[in-house]
Order: sequence, then C-alpha cells, then structure tokens
Amino acid sequence: MASYVEDTELRLGLPGSDALATRGSKRSLPEDDAAGDDSSCRNGGSGSAAKAQVVGWPPIRTYRKNSFQAMKVESEASGLFVKVSMDGAPYLRKIDLKVYKGYKELREGLDGMFNCFSQGEFSRKEGCNGSEFAITYEDKDGDLMLVGDVPWEMFICSCKRLRIMKGSEARGLESRH
Amino acid sequence: MVGRFRWAAMFPDEVWEHVFSFLTSDADRNAAALVCRNWNRIERRSRKRVFVGNCYSVAPTVAVRLFPEVRAAVIKGKPHFADFNLVPSDWGGGAEAWVEAMAEGWPNLEELRFKRMVVSDDCLDLIARSFKNFKVLSLVSCDGFSTSGLAAIAANCRNLRELNLRESEVEETCLNWISHFPESCTSLVALDIACLEGEVNASILERLISRCSNIMTLRLNHSVPLERLVGLLQRAPQLMDLGTGKFSARHNPQLFSRLESAIAGCKNLRNLSGFWEPGLTYLPAVYSICEGLTSLNLNYATIQNPELVKLISRCKNLRRLLVMDLIEDSGLVAVASSCKLLQELRVFPSDPYDAAEPVSLTEQGLVAVSAGCPMLHSVLYFCRQMTNAALLTVAKNRPNLTCFRLCIIEPRTPDYVTQEPLDTGFSAIVESCKDLRRLSVSGLLTDLVFKSIGASANYLEMLSIAFAGDGDMGLHYILSGCKNLRKLEIRDCPFGDKPLLQNASKLETMRSLWMSSCSVTLGACRQLARAMPRLNVEVINESGRGPLVAQPDNCPVEKLYIYRTIAGPRTDTPQCVWTI
Repeated sequence: MASYVEDTELRLGLPGSDALATRGSKRSLPEDDAAGDDSSCRNGGSGSAAKAQVVGWPPIRTYRKNSFQAMKVESEASGLFVKVSMDGAPYLRKIDLKVYKGYKELREGLDGMFNCFSQGEFSRKEGCNGSEFAITYEDKDGDLMLVGDVPWEMFICSCKRLRIMKGSEARGLESRH
Repeated sequence: MVGRFRWAAMFPDEVWEHVFSFLTSDADRNAAALVCRNWNRIERRSRKRVFVGNCYSVAPTVAVRLFPEVRAAVIKGKPHFADFNLVPSDWGGGAEAWVEAMAEGWPNLEELRFKRMVVSDDCLDLIARSFKNFKVLSLVSCDGFSTSGLAAIAANCRNLRELNLRESEVEETCLNWISHFPESCTSLVALDIACLEGEVNASILERLISRCSNIMTLRLNHSVPLERLVGLLQRAPQLMDLGTGKFSARHNPQLFSRLESAIAGCKNLRNLSGFWEPGLTYLPAVYSICEGLTSLNLNYATIQNPELVKLISRCKNLRRLLVMDLIEDSGLVAVASSCKLLQELRVFPSDPYDAAEPVSLTEQGLVAVSAGCPMLHSVLYFCRQMTNAALLTVAKNRPNLTCFRLCIIEPRTPDYVTQEPLDTGFSAIVESCKDLRRLSVSGLLTDLVFKSIGASANYLEMLSIAFAGDGDMGLHYILSGCKNLRKLEIRDCPFGDKPLLQNASKLETMRSLWMSSCSVTLGACRQLARAMPRLNVEVINESGRGPLVAQPDNCPVEKLYIYRTIAGPRTDTPQCVWTI
C-alpha cells in the first residue's frame, strides 16, 4: 500500500533518482513555479537546486532547443495556461483557457482529459448533482471557488489554477454562496 | 586483365559505361572501380553522383578532376556532435573551397546537397551564377548564410526544382527574398523553408505556388498563419508533403470548415509536419487525410493526450512517426495497435532540462511498440527510466532493428528496478538484432556491454557512447571488434591512450572518431599522428592554455577528432584546433 501511495505522490524530480532521498524533502508549492525554473523546483536527492547543465546533454539539436524554448515562451504569452489537477490522478495537466468559448466547452475538454463527468448533469452552478466530481478553481486572491458562478470572461481573468475534486468536498464550497 | 576475361577488353568504353549506369549505389560503383585500371578509369569518368562523407577527406580540386561528369554531389562537414554544441563554432566545414572547385570543374552540376557545412552568401551567389542547369539545392543543418543568399538563388536558378533548408540557421537580412523568384519560375517541385525564423510573405508565396503546378513538397515556417494555409492548399491540391505553419487561430467555425475542405482536397498527402503552436480546436481539420499518411512529424507540436492519440490513431498507414514524449505510454500502446505498418519511431523529450512535471513515458511505451509493430526497424527514444528486462523484450520482439538509439536523460541511470547496469539489456539488442547499423547507448554501463558490442555488432556502422564504461578495455573491445564500424563518437568516458594506440590501423578503416572529455593525452595523439600519416589527428583545446606544440606529452586532450584523409592536414583550422 505504501509503495502505491509513493508512486502516485506528486513529485518534482526524475524517476529513477534515488527514492530514499526524496522522502521528506520539501515539495515546492505550485506558486513557486512562477519564480523561475531555477528555483527550488528540484528534487533534493538528485543534486543542488541550481543543477549545472552538462554541455550538449541530452543530445538534442540546438535548433530544436531554441525553437522549443521560443515556442514555450510564445505560446504561454499568448495563451492563458493554468494547471489542472484531479484528486487521485498522479499527474498534472496544463490547459489554455483561451481555447474554450465557455463553461460547456471547458467541461467537455476536461472530461476528455480526465474522464470525470460521464455521469451527472452540468448546471449553471456547477452542480455536483449526481456527478462524482466537481470543477473548482483558485482565483487571484487564493480562494477556492466553484467553477460556473461568474461570467466566463471574468472567470478566465481570475482563474489561476483548476482543481477537479470529489463532489462531496465541493458541497462545502457551494454552501458558501 | 586475367586471361579468361580477355573478351571483356574488346568492349568499347561506352558499353561498360552503360553497364555501370545500372549500378545505383555508391558502394557498388566503388567496388567496380577497384576491379582493374580500365574499369577504374571508365567508372570514375562516367560517374554522375558522388558522395563525400567528410569534406576534408579529399581535396575539392582532386575530387572534381577525378570525376569530371558529376551531376549530383553530397558533401558533409562538421562531426555529428556539432549538433549538440560540442564542436567550436569556428571549427571549419566551410563550403567555399568546394563551391569554387565545382564552379570551375562541374559547370553542368545539377544537384548540390550540403550537410553540417558553413555556407556563406558568397557561396550561394557563386552557385547561383555558375551552374546553368542547376536544379536541387539542399542545405541540411547548415549555417553561415542569410536570406540574401537565398534571394540570389531564387533570382538566378532558372530551373530550380528543389530548395531545402531543413534545420539550418539562416540570418534574416533580406525581407522579401521569396519575391526574387521571377514570374517565369514554374519549375519548383519541393520547397522546405520550415527553419526560417522570420516572416514569409504569404501572398508572394501563394503566387509562386500557383504558377508551380508540379509542387509536391511545401514545408512552411511558423510565420504562415492558418488563414493563409487555406489559400496555399487550394492552389496546390496535388501536394504530397505538407509542413503547416502556425496551427492555431481564434475560434472561427468558418475558418475551420474552409481548412477542413482545403486539406481534404489534397488527396495525395502522404507526409505531414509543422504544427507550430498547435491549438486543439483546429486539429480535427486534418482528420480526413490521416488514413493516407505514411509519415507524420509532430516533434515540434506540443499537443497532449487525448487529442494527440486521437490524431495518431487515425493514421493507420503510418510508416514513420516523430512525436514528443507527450504521447506517453498510453499513447504508444494505442500506436502499437493502430499503426501496424510503422517502421520508424522517434520520441523526443518535451522538457529535457526541467524535471518539474515528469511525463508518463517510460520503458513500457517502447516495449508496447516493439511488440505491436512487426515492421519497426528504426527507433530513437528519449526517456527517463529503463530496465534490462524491457530491453531484452525489445530485442526478442524486434530482431529486425537496424537503428536503435536510446537516450536515458539522466547520465549513468541504472536499471530502476534492479539498480544494475544496463549491460545485459544492450547486449541482448546487439546479439539479437544482427542487422543493426546504428546504435546509441545510455544509462549506467560497464565495459561488459562493449565486449558484447565488439563481438556481436558485425554490421554496426555508427556508434554513439556517452558517460559509459570503466576504462580502456571498453574502447579496446569496440575498436578491435565491430568489423564495419565507420563512425564512432564518444563523450565523457574513461577511455585513454592505450586502446587508441593498440588499434591505430582500425582508425584508417573508419570515416572518423570523435572523443571528448575522455582520458586521452597529447603524447598519444603525437604517436598516433606519426604512425598514421593518412589520418588527420585534430586536437581541440578551448581552454586557451597556450600553443599545443609547447605542451608536454601528458597534457590532457579535451576534444579529439580523427579522420582518414588523402588530402593531408587542412589549412583552415582555427586557433583552438591543432592538427598534430
């Protein structure tokens, strides 16, 4: 049981690096990512935070590296990328909110990614009516909100990350409104 | 000539020329040229295509003189590791000497293909003016030129059929170089400008494509928006090879349906690439032609699952797939069941430097494809973990592998289950895959794996080694085995002087050897250079310790490049390169 938990634990490090050293090492909070790639987003067991990059390794063409970095920067500048996590799923996703026209498309997109809403009805208040999961988001102020309450345009401006949580947990949020 | 072949001497040269014209491979023509002086003379004087794998192996003027009727030449320059910034930018590989010699001696040259060469605008200008029937210019992984040089080519090569700039670095000095193709230019069949960073005038491109009714290959760069792609496709429905430009736009149902029908109209589409900055909304527009695709290149496309798998699973006739590790193991399982004709797979890392969000691509994906795709023979796979068991399974499933390049991103990574070196896994690969031509190894490896490779990899032509081995024996196994080895490139391995000196004559049977951050000393290089006059032993020391000629024998060598040549030491070495 313990190894299963370990396997699904969200970790910021390379698989294959020594597992022992990672236990107990501080997992940086998602907000730290914004501070830059060289911040503490590294597994303590595999070396110091500012890991020296070996020249020419991995063996990827400079051309590819340049265009990929440029692509990354450009696409993140023109898109509205937010991380999406789902309770119980071991990996994060990133989506571009600009791609969706409204809540319906967003829900469809997330359903396609996580297969979470095959049952239950979507209601304006992001109903957990019968659905096992609910979409919540963290807004600019750090508050956890139910998705669907505010107009779409306002939502995409204030949403910082999405979290798909169990319906039972979300019921607590709903009672706030 | 031997007595019983005297009848052959009665044939006039033209007959032999005609016979030789049926020999299409260079190796066959080379073999014919070694039979006797007569055949040597006839063969080389009628040879139309020449391949020079190392631009410094022969002097350009000599090559041009020996093969006076050449119409197509392929010349390669820098060592492969130049792709990864290991070779100083001023190392060499300049094309001037070649272009000057060719302009002088091959006025009827039609095709010129350079790879990893430094080609200046002056070179391009000379090419544009010197060959009246010039048809094909291919500059792969080249640099040193700008769009001004391209403008000269566009303006002057009246019969240009192919302009290919794959993965070259091009400076933007002339904004509208495409407009230099004259109105009379209707001959273009292939245009690959995907590497260009600057804007390409889509209207001018559209007019060019309209009048080139034979255009079959069109690979755009990221600047061409989706809206303009529609117009281009409508004017070239006969396209077989398309590289899209930017593949996203604001949500627009009309654009989507126009794009969808324009793509559906290209019924001959077999190769698809591009997908710069892909947006999910427009991906389904290509679904209609998926079944006809034989090659799909998504290695710059940051598309994730499930959309990525949805796209690839429709491509039931795929022979070649290039994709990022965003496909994950689950996606490769889908590939294994959908793409039964797959021959070549390349999986690139989406985030090679940051370990922030590991993607779920492991050895499982590779095993799945090896099991499900019986025709798979070429693999390039970047991943973060591997096991000997997985490699053994791959070896058992796919004895038909000819190219196996595995890159485990963290150096010296062991089998993550047993913590052992990956020796047994790679040994299984070389022992089972008897036709293996190219191999790249990675992970934790001892000298044992090199013993297996040396003994079993009888057809291996190219071997890449990094962060592996225990000591000299590793290199000795390779150099004393591997009968057909042509190119060996090594970095960060504890290989020293002994195996080099013990196997000096082997080096003359190979095209080249690269060693960097190993344990070779200057003294060994001096000895080697003395013993082997037909090798160029180039020592590259960038740390500026003073002239190498004054350094003692035990001075360590940072980078070493050894290649066979009949041209003697080259005259264009920069400061940091010393030919011993």
